[in-house]
Amino acid sequence: MNSTGVQSNFWSSKKRTERITKIAVWLILVLGSVTMLLPIFWMFSTALKTEATVFATPPIWIPLHPLWKNFVDAWNIDGIYKSQGVNFTTYTINTIIISVSNAIGVMISSAVVAYAFARLRFPGRDVLFLLCLATLMIPYQVTMIPTFILFRNLGWYNTYYPLIVPAFLGGGAFNIFLVRQFFMTIPYELDEAGKIDGCSHLGIFYRILLPLCKPALATVGVFSFVYNWNDFLNPLIYINSNSKYTLTLGLTNFVSFYGQQYNLLMAASLVISIPVIIIFLIGNQYFIRGIATTGFK
Amino acid sequence: MPTMSTLRKKEAVSAYLFLSPFLIWLVFLMIGPILAAIYLSFCRWNGLSSIHFIGLANYKTMFGFSIHDGHISFNDPRFWASLYNTFYYTILSVPLTMVLGVVVAMMMDQKIKGISFFRTIYYLPSVLSSGVAFAVLWKWIFNARSGLLNYFISFVTTIPIDQCPKWLASPTWSKPALVIMSCWSIGSGMIIYLAGLQNIPQALYEAAEIDGASRWRQFLTVTLPGLSPVIFFNLIISIVFSFQIFNQVYIISNGIGGPANSTLVMVLYIYQKAFQYFQLGYASALSCVLLIIIMVSTWIQFKYANKWVYYEGELRK
Repeated sequence: MNSTGVQSNFWSSKKRTERITKIAVWLILVLGSVTMLLPIFWMFSTALKTEATVFATPPIWIPLHPLWKNFVDAWNIDGIYKSQGVNFTTYTINTIIISVSNAIGVMISSAVVAYAFARLRFPGRDVLFLLCLATLMIPYQVTMIPTFILFRNLGWYNTYYPLIVPAFLGGGAFNIFLVRQFFMTIPYELDEAGKIDGCSHLGIFYRILLPLCKPALATVGVFSFVYNWNDFLNPLIYINSNSKYTLTLGLTNFVSFYGQQYNLLMAASLVISIPVIIIFLIGNQYFIRGIATTGFK
Repeated sequence: MPTMSTLRKKEAVSAYLFLSPFLIWLVFLMIGPILAAIYLSFCRWNGLSSIHFIGLANYKTMFGFSIHDGHISFNDPRFWASLYNTFYYTILSVPLTMVLGVVVAMMMDQKIKGISFFRTIYYLPSVLSSGVAFAVLWKWIFNARSGLLNYFISFVTTIPIDQCPKWLASPTWSKPALVIMSCWSIGSGMIIYLAGLQNIPQALYEAAEIDGASRWRQFLTVTLPGLSPVIFFNLIISIVFSFQIFNQVYIISNGIGGPANSTLVMVLYIYQKAFQYFQLGYASALSCVLLIIIMVSTWIQFKYANKWVYYEGELRK
């Protein structure tokens, strides 16, 4: 046996172990995927069951006679608030108003602020940017009480202003950071070219950089939409009347009313999760790239 | 012709105009409220009547205890419970989700088929995980009698269902239940680790292989150091977030933090004190304690970062 023979033997056995490793890894990933999706599947399955089959043991995975009516019943909240004409349609509209306004506000204001941090030279820039990053460490609950008092004194209690206005004021440290990092990857020569053509800072921002940072803005827009769609603490504090409830508040109320009727609870939970799932599936590629390329280099 | 300095001045003026939304936010919704919260923490206030300055009284109530016949009785046992519960959750869930996130990300980094499919599936639950809907779902999965989890446990271990953990109905098992829930949010970290792994130059692995380094050795000397800045960033963010857990706890315990205060986390307690008992001063003191805990923990992490976080010039940019 010569040395090249040993070599090729060595490589082929190495390839075999590599292939076995790959198959093992793939199997584990598949098993993990099933585990990750199982709760969502279970939510769907329960939503289609009758009250009697919900508690069956062993559990019924796929109900033989899917009860699609559960979605309608849950949506209309038969029983509670019928007299007030409030149902999940109201909550959905309210939530869309808040989430969309937030997404718009965050996209506009984080771009504006990030532009200054990324491109302009001014005294105190580094200190301010450091301060901005430091606010990431401040738990929301510290500012929650004084902010509540402030907004209440402005007469904003039980309105959507406390839930929307902050988004237009910079959009939060994380979003500013993300968009700023994206600006940093755009070559500075473009600004110079704009300057030579006589563009003002506003012109450079609006005409040259803004169109280029659409992926980053889409990312922060989607994040902010999903965050507000799921937000619970803020609406809980600020919103008082049922007709102004968001989906999360509506669902919480629904839970306390329906307690053990898990088929209706799951139907309602599934329906309010669907927009997030859809947006996620559409935007998935974009914001995975957004995080991967802008956030952590 | 304008001189350099007037150009600079102009630039600074427009910079502050661009920054103005952020500056308003920083002053009125961040620094101002923090100072106000610190001041309120030394006061008694129900939000309507006038504010009474009471010095350290809130903190004395919070931390105070007395000893009778060898038994410690705390002035505010619920504060200590909330502190314990928050630490319990953080200490278990943060390492668990981080290790799982790194492991899954490394498996996906193996150039296997269907990676974007897997990435989507693992990421999806984390988008939903902080939502109320997901918490309601878990409430159902953890149902002691008919929940999916106990069915599985009794199916696999053949323990009868009525001897399985009662999860959300049991003071012992309610916190582990929260930790289990947190495993469905590994996706957000995983995405970041995956990006970090893909940034590690392949040449380093090849060099290690030529030197005869085993897989494990490569992991220790190439993967972990290359990934350490990302892990560091994620560690800080995960700890800050897990100290602030609220939605899930509110839903599974109906806003009470039970059974027997076993899921009363700090933020829930702050919420209760502020918006149910209207003890705004005391609630502010609680939030200041939370702030100090998070700041100290972040400071410790930064202090020891240079011991294990490895920055390579070209990765930093």
